[in-house]
Amino acid sequence: MIDYYPAAAEIFLATAICVVLLVDVFLRDEQRMITYWLSLAALLGTAACSALFFVDEPVTTFFGSFVADAASGVLKLVAYVAVALVFVYSRDYLARRNLFKGEFFILGLFGLLGIMVMVSAHSLLTIYLGLELLSLSLYALVAFNRESATAAESAMKFFVLGAIASGTLLYGISLLYGVTGTLEIGTLAERLSGPDGMGIPALVGLAFIVVGVAFKFGAVPFHMWVPDVYQGAPTPVTLYIGSAPKIAAFALAWRVLVEGLGDAHASWQGMLIVLSILSLAIGNIVAIAQTNLKRMLAYSTISHVGFILMGFIAGSDDALSAALFYTVSYVIMAAAAFGMILLLSREGFEAEQLEDFKGLNARSPWFAFVMLMIMFSMAGVPPFIGFYAKLLVLGSLIDAGLVWFAVLGVLMAVVGAFYYLRVVWYMYFDDPLDEAPIAAPGGMRVVLSVNGLGLLVLGVFPGYLLELCMRVL
Amino acid sequence: MYVPLLSISIWLPIAGAVAVLLLGSRRAELARWVALGVSLMTFVVAIHLYIGFYPDHAGMHFVERMPWIGAFNSFYELGVDGISMPLILLTAFLTPIVVIAGWEVIQTRPAQYFAAFLLLEGLMIGVFCALDALLFYVFWEAMLVPMFIIIGVWGGERRIYATVKFFLYTFLGSVFMLVALIYMYLQAGSYSILAFHELPLGMNEQILIFLAFLIAFAVKVPMWPVHTWLPDAHVEAPTGGSVILAAVLLKMGGYGFLRFSLPITPDASQSLAWLMIGLSLIAIVYIAFVALVQKDMKKLIAYSSIAHMGFVTLGFFVIFATIANSQDEAGAMLALQGGMVQMISHGLISGALFLCVGVMYDRLHSREIGAYGGVANTMPKFAAFVVLFALANAGLPGTSGFVGEFFVILGSFHASFWLAFTAATILVFGAAYTLWMVKRVIFGEVGNDGVAALEDVGRREFLILGILAVSVLALGVWPDPLVEAMDTTLRELLAHVMESKL
Repeated sequence: MIDYYPAAAEIFLATAICVVLLVDVFLRDEQRMITYWLSLAALLGTAACSALFFVDEPVTTFFGSFVADAASGVLKLVAYVAVALVFVYSRDYLARRNLFKGEFFILGLFGLLGIMVMVSAHSLLTIYLGLELLSLSLYALVAFNRESATAAESAMKFFVLGAIASGTLLYGISLLYGVTGTLEIGTLAERLSGPDGMGIPALVGLAFIVVGVAFKFGAVPFHMWVPDVYQGAPTPVTLYIGSAPKIAAFALAWRVLVEGLGDAHASWQGMLIVLSILSLAIGNIVAIAQTNLKRMLAYSTISHVGFILMGFIAGSDDALSAALFYTVSYVIMAAAAFGMILLLSREGFEAEQLEDFKGLNARSPWFAFVMLMIMFSMAGVPPFIGFYAKLLVLGSLIDAGLVWFAVLGVLMAVVGAFYYLRVVWYMYFDDPLDEAPIAAPGGMRVVLSVNGLGLLVLGVFPGYLLELCMRVL
Repeated sequence: MYVPLLSISIWLPIAGAVAVLLLGSRRAELARWVALGVSLMTFVVAIHLYIGFYPDHAGMHFVERMPWIGAFNSFYELGVDGISMPLILLTAFLTPIVVIAGWEVIQTRPAQYFAAFLLLEGLMIGVFCALDALLFYVFWEAMLVPMFIIIGVWGGERRIYATVKFFLYTFLGSVFMLVALIYMYLQAGSYSILAFHELPLGMNEQILIFLAFLIAFAVKVPMWPVHTWLPDAHVEAPTGGSVILAAVLLKMGGYGFLRFSLPITPDASQSLAWLMIGLSLIAIVYIAFVALVQKDMKKLIAYSSIAHMGFVTLGFFVIFATIANSQDEAGAMLALQGGMVQMISHGLISGALFLCVGVMYDRLHSREIGAYGGVANTMPKFAAFVVLFALANAGLPGTSGFVGEFFVILGSFHASFWLAFTAATILVFGAAYTLWMVKRVIFGEVGNDGVAALEDVGRREFLILGILAVSVLALGVWPDPLVEAMDTTLRELLAHVMESKL
């Protein structure tokens, strides 16, 4: 008898998506708001299911291929919030561009379902299933604006590179399956432990899996898709790609590398160190040269990934919590940052150049301040949440004896501070290039303000979120 | 009744900043008055800190302790001793003056200007009272944000270059301190600074931690050769920004040496004291020469700040040589006291000098020495103030500038004659560059039509310069209240530093 309760949220969401899809078919264009509200309702219902069936102790089901535990519950809740923010921030933007179509919401929800499956996966195959569901939704989303040639181009790049990465991951999985004869993560870990667990074939499989993980994170040298996709995709899609899938990437690394291949920590630690250093260096240095804000944020993502990987490199339980905390805070920051771009955009005008933020303080002191909080938080300046994220991962590195790496990390953080500062100086020290009033609707302003203030509030009182992250992992 | 005085002095200005921001620049007049009211109230609270302070009681006063971040075992822990209390008083004293100084001068976004200074005040006071290293670091870094905005928005022509340089320089310095703090947290199991004081550390650890702190504090002080951000930041900052920068922000570095470097790494401090003394002497002598050739008044005062702060670091680190050469604790105490008095006095004098430059700049919009000449003819009252502050800057007996330098030189004498001799030459050079500037700007024939049309100081300017003049003289004639307040704390500190951790 299969226990369905641990997967209640996934089952609910899958059903809800089908309902939204069916309803959307029968709606006229001017009734599209119904799809929007139904999607938000679906998110709310899914969140309720997750909260209702929240478990402290891990429960596996579907013959050991699916697991519900405290960490997956928290990760999913963050993903719901992120996707809800995406929908709220995007609505007005899409409506003004004749892009307000059901597909955006349905694909977004399907992507979320993929994330949830990955987060709860307890078998390599389940992970792959979730990953593909997420990736295919993303490919379609990037190309979602059919009239934009750049969007189509980035979707193509994303698809080709993503397919290669998926193939690599799958190849690694097949090697591990050949060595151990199992796909279930718990059994895999058992069979790979012991003195001669990690033979050469398993190590080769591991290397391929690390490549797949690095691609999904966007870590250097597997980062090529990130800037192009971030810049080329419509901003709501960039917002989506920049936030929720980071949770999936964290889950991928955590389930496969830590839970499945934890005994091989020494083997993949070195690989991740190289990835992390390269990501920190390339991400931060190349971001300085950008003039397009979306592209700059893409490189900034790459550098943040370098920091998230530090938690995996240090390896202890506390270090993993640090990586989780970093991921969660990054998702909140990224959602707010792209939300700001959407806020300033209007018909025929994408506020995606750095210069479009010039003189924002003169146009709207409040949103200039919100953007200031986001930028300083990303730079890791207290009292914003980004500081604690960096503090935690650096602390875990020092605890693991990698003081040199921590020093390198803080140096790169200083390099990175420059391009975040530049946004602040454009907003505060320069005169505005255009005086158009900000046209975003009230609801979005409120949500974005709460999102931005959250960075400050969580920075002054980081204790709750921190303890949550410590407890569930 | 228990009143959390320290929390009030931190959060009152921050709450005031929010209120001023909400009022907005459209109600600028009201915003100004609120800013002035809040800063005066904070000063009253700070005076209560002085009144309630028992100089004989070693250890922390007004301690507050609440759980903050359980996961780090980190507390919202505040307290002051004889080192931090005078600095808080200085901060709370200067903020109302800065607010008054910017009253009519600041016309672009006045509400944001005053809010930034109030925010800065709360954060600076937070730095001085935090007893938890994480809390300290949060205040320490958060301070950069309003200062970045102040220089960048209301500064001069090259303000963006100056403010970015200022931010990145200090940010770079402090991240190394962060690594050291995390390291000690992992050793001690908490972020309590007082626990760090007792933490046993090996020599190698101490050296590395000392160097990490040195980078952070040397940039703030600033010490040669990491001083290059200061002239830029000072020149470009608006008058109020320069005042706070010189008067309080630089003192954070000196405070850090006393609170962190000396007590946490006493053995490393001892073995690297030669380096610190060397850098201080270079700052004192070399930077004095640099100051001599400046054409820009603000730059000249900025360089003179670096030279004067050299006395502070000299006083703090010469104690090891003093004790080694004379086995005399009195000499070391003199040096430490001198450093502290110098910090307070330099805060007042440099603040006053920047205000004087501001007064002239508001009228002629030039900081060039060459653009003035014979100001005394048209602004006699103002000229009197400038001469007084310039003489105080040169260390004239009877002004506060003399007390600190004299103590430090006396303390250095116990260490070595040549050390004291070298340091004493600053008194000559200090007099030279300051008085030469005064001669060229204030005295002589009226330089040009602009100067001829100058109006003397108004009531507002007279008020702030007068208050500063009185305090400079009072501290110079009667420094006892200040010296007594910090005596016990410094004695404790000296005893702690002289005890090896190895």
